[in-house]
Amino acid sequence: MTTPAKLSLWSVVRHILLVAGAVVMLLPFVWMISTASKPPSEVFSSELHLIPHQFALWENLQTAFAKANLWRFLLNGVMVTVSIFVLQVLVALPAAYALAKLRFIGRNALFALVLFGILIPPQATAIPVFLLLHKLGVLDSYAALVLPFTISVFGIFLMRQFFRNVPDDLVDAARMDGISEFGIVWRVMLPAAIPAVTAFGIFSVVAHWNDYFWPLIVLNSEHLRTPPLAVAHFRNAEAGTNYGALMAAAMVIIAPLLVAFLLAQRRFVEGIALTGIK
Amino acid sequence: MARIELNGIRKSFDATEVLGGIDLTIENGDFLSLVGPSGCGKSTLLRIIAGLEPQSAGQVTIDGSIVDGIRPSARNLAMVFQSYALYPHLSAFDNMAVPLRMRRLSTVERLPLLGSLLPGRRREERIIRADIDKVAAQLEISHLLQRKPAQLSGGQRQRVAVGRAMVRQPEAFLFDEPLSNLDAKLRVHMRAELAELHRSLRSTFIYVTHDQAEAMTMSSRLAVMIGGELVQVGRPAEIYDNPRDVRVAEFVGSPKINMMPGRIRDDSRIEVFGHVLRLASSQPPGNCSIGVRSERIELGSGPFSGAVIHVENMGAEAFVHIGLNGTEARLVARVNDVRRLPDIGSHLSFNFAADAVRAFNSAGKRIDVTAEQPERIRERAVV
Repeated sequence: MTTPAKLSLWSVVRHILLVAGAVVMLLPFVWMISTASKPPSEVFSSELHLIPHQFALWENLQTAFAKANLWRFLLNGVMVTVSIFVLQVLVALPAAYALAKLRFIGRNALFALVLFGILIPPQATAIPVFLLLHKLGVLDSYAALVLPFTISVFGIFLMRQFFRNVPDDLVDAARMDGISEFGIVWRVMLPAAIPAVTAFGIFSVVAHWNDYFWPLIVLNSEHLRTPPLAVAHFRNAEAGTNYGALMAAAMVIIAPLLVAFLLAQRRFVEGIALTGIK
Repeated sequence: MARIELNGIRKSFDATEVLGGIDLTIENGDFLSLVGPSGCGKSTLLRIIAGLEPQSAGQVTIDGSIVDGIRPSARNLAMVFQSYALYPHLSAFDNMAVPLRMRRLSTVERLPLLGSLLPGRRREERIIRADIDKVAAQLEISHLLQRKPAQLSGGQRQRVAVGRAMVRQPEAFLFDEPLSNLDAKLRVHMRAELAELHRSLRSTFIYVTHDQAEAMTMSSRLAVMIGGELVQVGRPAEIYDNPRDVRVAEFVGSPKINMMPGRIRDDSRIEVFGHVLRLASSQPPGNCSIGVRSERIELGSGPFSGAVIHVENMGAEAFVHIGLNGTEARLVARVNDVRRLPDIGSHLSFNFAADAVRAFNSAGKRIDVTAEQPERIRERAVV
């Protein structure tokens, strides 16, 4: 009866490895919560401890909200990410429908272009896009934050993979019933693709909520700042950084994402599993 | 109610020709089954009639007007799909309401929130509800209207799909293998129901199936398609009894017709397995094949003999598989009296009447044979 012993040994090792991985992943968050709960004196003390001696989360949050207009920045984040997502869906769904269900010359070439588009990192096109926005005169505005991301090649790809699994009969039935091609996209394909849209929504919202690079480039005005810029603003080279308040602000800006993910978690996994790109 | 005419319909996908010139007229009130093995182009033909697929050449005429290039919805045909194709996010009621709403409500009235505030929408919705309730009662699905398709069984989904086709009172109904997703028992039941529905609606039905039993039992006319060609069109009994082509003979009827290699002799009589039949053909001498349906093979005595290989007892009837002595050929004979079945391995003799023989030339086309008069009379006397 050596096998069960070996097995249990292996499972212990396996769990230790997994726990170690989980700790590495979670530690920054734990440290963030820990720092956010410490008064300034403890943040800068030389001894390392996770649990603060004096619990100062509330004070740090108050400082964070007093120092910067966090509500405004959160609202900016919501407006920008929601606008980006809505516009991305408006573009991606009809495009994905055409690529998945319509037969036309050059469809495969177009789809190859979409795949090619996924390979191009946004930083590569940052300068031309910046110049374009400059010529249009929309730098330092919501438009500058939203417009460059309205066409998501990844979204088109993801939705196209999902739409391919929607039976052709359903599309034909809609045509027999008199629904127009655009009508089919919104009345037939969209309801069928809710899991995939949710999955894409999470990708999109997370990416643009956390985006630091692009808002930093195109924004000057304080009132337009998105949450990551707002947090960065807590760093102050001259007066010294108030880490407690900074971490408290960081907690505040990731909270909406966490809540949204937990709410959409099941559909998110469903959506990815159904598109077959798990 | 519509008369549908197809003239020289061709369809090619890239270089492959799927349909090679189909001419067919479906009379008003006909129940026409398009039947043939998988991949014969019957579904493509149905989709061309529906307008879901453009034909490469030819014309579709509905009630005298050419409908080529007209949108599927404007052709006023309804289609029932193999997968039912119900909208999964809508209840059975809403599924049935879609074609009516698309037709009777304007774009503004269809808007989710704003539309429901308009007075015209309310009135139309009441009429739509009444129409759906009437059809639902006819199909006995009134109690299912609030359910989503996922909460319905296969047969119930089938009925909702038929209901969705019926509510719009189309010129004609198109069915694309609607029963093939049902279990065997339900399929037989729905066969009868669809045939009854056709009688009560008196509308034109075009029904695509690969199941020859469905086609035989339901339709008033049968169109057998093989390899993109319309091989034979006629009443089911006529096609069963008088196949014009060996492929039709083999496709229609279960068990499959017994085909035997034969020969037209120099004296124009037909010979099979060394036995000369009392049949003459006007065709030039050479090889031919002869077909005999299993129910026309009479076990007991006769010039042919073989060993029993297998017996299928269906309860009310039985099929006896016979391996012919000295050949590779196998025949199936139908026996009505299942209490007197031969044992497997036993040898028996059998015969078939001259008028049971359907002869085909080497190209598979039917050839006419004439029974030799005096022999025929004697044969009758024997029987």
